[in-house]
Amino acid sequence: MSDSGRSATPVSVSPNGADQAEAIKAIRLRHPWRNVVAVILVAMLVLFVVDASQREAYGWENFGKFIFDKRISQAAGYTLLLTVYSMIIAIILGVTLAVMRLSDNPVVKGIAWLYLWVFRGTPVYVQLVFWGLFATIYSTIDIGVPFTEPWLSVETNDLINVFWLAVIGLALNESAYMAEIVRAGILSVDKGQDEAATALGMSWLQTMTRVVIPQAMRIIIPPTGNEVISMLKTTSLVTAIPFSLELYGRSRDISVVIFDPIPLLLVASAWYLLFTSILMVGQYFLEKRFSRGVGQARPEKTGTETGVITLKTGAIQTPDAASGTDDPSTDPTGKEHQ
Amino acid sequence: MTNAAVSDVPMVHADRVSKSFGSNEVLKSISLTVTQGEVMCLVGPSGSGKSTFLRCINHLERVDAGRLSVDGILVGYEERGDKLYELKPREAARQRRDIGMVFQRFNLFPHMTALENIIEAPIRVNKLKKEAAIAHGKELLARVGLADKEDAYPAHLSGGQQQRVAIARALAMEPKLMLFDEPTSALDPELVGEVLDVMKGLADSGMTMIVVTHEMGFAREVADQLVFMDGGVVVESGDPDEVLGNPQHQRTKAFLSKVL
Repeated sequence: MSDSGRSATPVSVSPNGADQAEAIKAIRLRHPWRNVVAVILVAMLVLFVVDASQREAYGWENFGKFIFDKRISQAAGYTLLLTVYSMIIAIILGVTLAVMRLSDNPVVKGIAWLYLWVFRGTPVYVQLVFWGLFATIYSTIDIGVPFTEPWLSVETNDLINVFWLAVIGLALNESAYMAEIVRAGILSVDKGQDEAATALGMSWLQTMTRVVIPQAMRIIIPPTGNEVISMLKTTSLVTAIPFSLELYGRSRDISVVIFDPIPLLLVASAWYLLFTSILMVGQYFLEKRFSRGVGQARPEKTGTETGVITLKTGAIQTPDAASGTDDPSTDPTGKEHQ
Repeated sequence: MTNAAVSDVPMVHADRVSKSFGSNEVLKSISLTVTQGEVMCLVGPSGSGKSTFLRCINHLERVDAGRLSVDGILVGYEERGDKLYELKPREAARQRRDIGMVFQRFNLFPHMTALENIIEAPIRVNKLKKEAAIAHGKELLARVGLADKEDAYPAHLSGGQQQRVAIARALAMEPKLMLFDEPTSALDPELVGEVLDVMKGLADSGMTMIVVTHEMGFAREVADQLVFMDGGVVVESGDPDEVLGNPQHQRTKAFLSKVL
């Protein structure tokens, strides 16, 4: 396709170039095997789709019947709630753990490391089973001085339901991963930023919240998007708690009643795919937004706008600097505020 | 110079200051005095301890031996009775407010505009009202010749412009003392002049300054005192014309023959 474009150039762009060489017009290299493989793959895909559409076991009739079933769409809502709540808690905990790991206090650092070691080192499914047994292990929650009569004693089952156990279970696991993401983000910020803020008399907390974290966000956001997508799918494991009002649990419960598991697996899959697709699109735009400004071109250096400045009067003596119209860098600045 | 008469207390007084990183002794018994309103230039080969000394003054590094005081107040420690106590971070931060620092790599906050960079610390640290901070910030930007750049992000400014914003940011805290750590070393040659001009103006206004620099022309013109350091010790110090024109020490001669 580019051949035709090239052949046109010597004619159009040669005002004085009589000796300009003719553009190369070669026979393109053929890739016969590439075509063969492509045909085979497409054929297999078509075969699979045609076969699947007619195959009895997929139960497309039931798929159509349940895809927009109210119970399923409610379950989808629970899946979203589980994802959002557990991610919010995981991010807050993750930031805390990341800061703890970067602390100079060896005990604080050690505790954070221990937490990460346990929660990253055991499967999330196993952790969720443990959370399901929480009320069995700790039947009452007591507040008071240890080894004395508690001031307040609450039945664990009255305090917390399986939904929140699921949220906590997912959040505590996820926070270990978020901690590492946040830590990488904080470490990516130039040490000079910290020093500059410190030299200005800013406290550690001010330095962190005003200078370091805002810059770390650019590194933190993309992998966090991945974690959200991953979390959406991991919610299917809360059946271990057991909490079964979310997408996978609900579709499985329905399939048990109608003795037809396959179409409901397809229903659940379709919903998961819908959500992950939306999140992937969202993440694409988020990443685009946060990568903006990384490779910002610096303005052409003029070197002419330097004024000789006298601090007592505050007057700028160079006329062209005073006019304020000399510098090309005002253009990109203007764009920044679009 | 007239300012020196205001108070007898030197702005910076170092008495046999030493500092090591592990087994590497970076500062070996440095004794220096900077009086109020004085401009001192620190020169010397890289690795001679100039920057470390500057960072000690601003509590970014801790002194191992000797006494270092700014405006009569001990840096980094508190002396009660015959014991020294390490300062709490909050107290160190309070002392730092009076000391402005300008870095080789500017270290502007890239996610803030020029004006936001300048007003951040006055608002957060000095609890200045936002309107007052903005008014002062605009004034400072005009002083460094960047009145039209208040909404520009650092990435959209040239190196020289960034360093001038950094100077304005340090001045916004109304410091008693300004420290410059090789402020022009990261700049393209044609941008050095604009930063030095701002620094000259600052010196003329009576600011006490310690400048680590390789700009011998600037040192000769602006400095009241020139200190040549090598290998963690003060080799030679005095009037800049004297030290640059008629160096007494062999090491000073060797260094100057390379840079002049």
